[in-house]
This record gives sequence, structure tokens and C-alpha cells, in this order.
Amino acid sequence: MFHTALSLSDLLFLLKGASVTVAVTVVAVLFGTALGLAFGIIKAQFGWLATVPLTFVLDVLRSVPLLIQLILANAFQSIAGLGLSPFLVACVVLSLYTSAYCAEIVRGGIEAVPAVTRRAARSLGMTWRQDMTNVTLPMALRVALPGWIGLALGVMKDSALVLWLGIIELLRSSQILVTRLQEPLFILLVVGAIYFLMSYPIARLGGRLERRWREND
Amino acid sequence: MFNYTFHWYQAFRALPQMLHGALVTLEVAMLSMVLGVAFAVLLAVARMSGNRVARGLATTWVEVARNTPALFQIYMAHFGLGAFGIHLSPFTALLAGITFNNAGYLSETFRGALNAIPPTQARAARSLGMGPVRAFWSVVMPQMFRISFPPMTNQMVWAILMTSLGITVGLATDLAGVTQGLNVKTFRTFEFFAMAAVLYYLIAKTVMLSARLLAWRLFRY
Repeated sequence: MFHTALSLSDLLFLLKGASVTVAVTVVAVLFGTALGLAFGIIKAQFGWLATVPLTFVLDVLRSVPLLIQLILANAFQSIAGLGLSPFLVACVVLSLYTSAYCAEIVRGGIEAVPAVTRRAARSLGMTWRQDMTNVTLPMALRVALPGWIGLALGVMKDSALVLWLGIIELLRSSQILVTRLQEPLFILLVVGAIYFLMSYPIARLGGRLERRWREND
Repeated sequence: MFNYTFHWYQAFRALPQMLHGALVTLEVAMLSMVLGVAFAVLLAVARMSGNRVARGLATTWVEVARNTPALFQIYMAHFGLGAFGIHLSPFTALLAGITFNNAGYLSETFRGALNAIPPTQARAARSLGMGPVRAFWSVVMPQMFRISFPPMTNQMVWAILMTSLGITVGLATDLAGVTQGLNVKTFRTFEFFAMAAVLYYLIAKTVMLSARLLAWRLFRY
């Protein structure tokens, strides 16, 4: 018969960790998307020469491991004496990390809108802003949304790395329980199930959207 | 505001050590890619096969790999498998975790590529007298790799970035591990990890560039 020392309050402790994971993710995805939208529009609108510095920075954010970025940012904030909480550092780093990927998604979406469509909008007398908000972005959204959902889920999974800064999120809380209860396999399975339940339904939804919208093209 | 003196010289003096760690990083990433591709092909074939058990197992693998954090998968290999009496070293645990992750993501890539290959290719190969395995191996699979080469390159870069998670299970020989070892000895966190970040960037860029050259050499008609 299966027996475990994992009590209800331990499970609640894990769920509290999961709520921290969700909080970090939501903050990072919100700010990251806002920044990424701006970066993506800039990258799609200006030539590659004008955006070399931006491209380089975004490229660095995507080519350096997130864990190293977190350690660096945390070290920097203590060097500079900013006195930020680890949670805030984690949110800032994850937001920038998200924005780097989001910029590519947004740029791809905008570039998927045929140039003639945009020219038609402009020749109807729309301003650049009207063209963006009424024609280009709505059309780009269809291309970009599945990728964006994937990105948001990716950030949720990558947010596990903030445990290195001492933030007690889902994975870290499982380690605390493992140290006390000495049942690594079972507790990790529970944690994996929680991650899976948070990620899988949204991933399925994204996949469905992608298929459905492809049929209409 | 700045009450800190940077000691870059220390970081530069440790460069040979860190470059040695970078080799280990590349080694883990490459091994995990080779194993990952092998498993991914099997998974992709299993998911498209008629056998329900094989399909179920492959689907479970792929969905778990894609819907849980890579760090969780590495923890599972390092701490979780102990319950079965399997005690992996940090190196093996990291390799197992990344391979599991790679295989899951790559098999979806391969499945998409297999769907993009016209079924007439396999049928033509069969009608030339090839067996099913031979037809897959010499006709379908090369085309599959050609289609999925760019995503495979991305996955390789991902694998390199994921190797940095080795420090969380105590791996001390890869780039991140060496850097962490230097860090706990000297507490020059920023300098050493900035150096590591530069090295990771250079490794990722080199891999991307060589993949592009390789693709240009391999895939021209």
C-alpha cells in the first residue's frame, strides 16, 4: 500500500509556490509583451542598419543562458546598491528576456502582412497609426498569437530558474519539502503534475488556434 | 552609488579554466543533441505508428518534455531516479535531462517535417523494391533532416543554454560550473559571470554560424 508523509498543508505550501511562479510569469509576460511589441514594431519599421544596436541587445538576451542573466543582474544590483528585492530582479530579467523573444514574434507577424495591404490602407488616407492599429496589428495578431502563447508558457517554465535567487517558487518549495520528507520522487511527481496542469491546457488551446487559423488562410 | 572596484584581471586570468569548461559545455550539448535526435526520430515514428502502446508512450514523453521546465526534468533525473536505486552523477543527470527535453521538442519538429514530405516519396521508394526500413532510412529521413535543419540549429543553441542548469545539481566542470566554482572562491560574482556570459554568447553565435555554413554546404542541389 502506498504511503506518504505529504500532508494537506504541504500541498498548500506547494500551491503557494505555484502562485509565486504564476505571479512572476504574469508580470514578466505583461511587461515583456509591451516591450516586445514596441521593439518588434521598431524592428519591422526601420531598416536593419538603424536597428543594429537593438538587434544586438535582443540577440544577447536570447544567446546568454537565463540563469547567467539572473545571476548577473542580481550581482549588479548589489554592486550598484540598488537594494532591489530578488523578486523584482527576477521580474525585470524575465521581462527583458520575454521581450527579446516577443520582438521576433511581433516582427514576424507584421512582416507576414502583405506590403500591398498596408499600402492600400495608407492610400485610403489612413495615417501610419491608423494603419497599424486597424489593419496591420489585427492581421499580425493571427500569425503571432500561437507563437506568443508558446512564449508565455516557455516563460512560465523558465521562471523555475528564479529559485537560484532564493525565491521560493514551485520547484524550490518542492526541494524544501524533499529535504524534510525525504520522498524526492513523489514530491517531484506532484510538482511535475502541477506544472503540467498549468501548461498543457493552454498549450492545447494554442495548438487548436494555430490549426484553425491556418485553415482559413 | 558605486562603492565597488571591478577586478577584471582575475576574470581574465581564469579564462583558460573557463574555456576548458566551455569545452565540457559543448560536449554535453552535442551529446544531448545526438542522443536527442536519435530518440526524437523513434518518438516521431512511434507517434505516427498504428501501435497504440507505442503511440501512448511517445505522446506521454513528448507532452511531459514540452510542458514541464527543463530544470524539473534535470531534477527528476538527479533526485527522482534515486527512488529506483539509480544514482546519476551530475554530468549524467544533466545529460539525461537535456536529452529528454531535446527529444520531446525535436520529435514535434520531425513530425511536422514528416507530414510535409509527400507520401508518394515513400511509395516510390517501396515500389523500387526497398523495404520499409530502407525506404525510411534512405529516402524519407534525409528529406526530414533537410526540412527540420533550422529548428534543429535552434534546439542546439537551446541545449547549450540549458547546460548552464548543471550548477543546480552540482556539476562543477562545465562553463557555468567552473564559473560558480571561481565565484565561491573569490566572490567576484559579476566579473566571472560577465565573462561566462560573453563566452556563452560567442559559443551560441559560433554554433549558429557553423550551422549556416554546414547547411549551405550540405543542402545545395
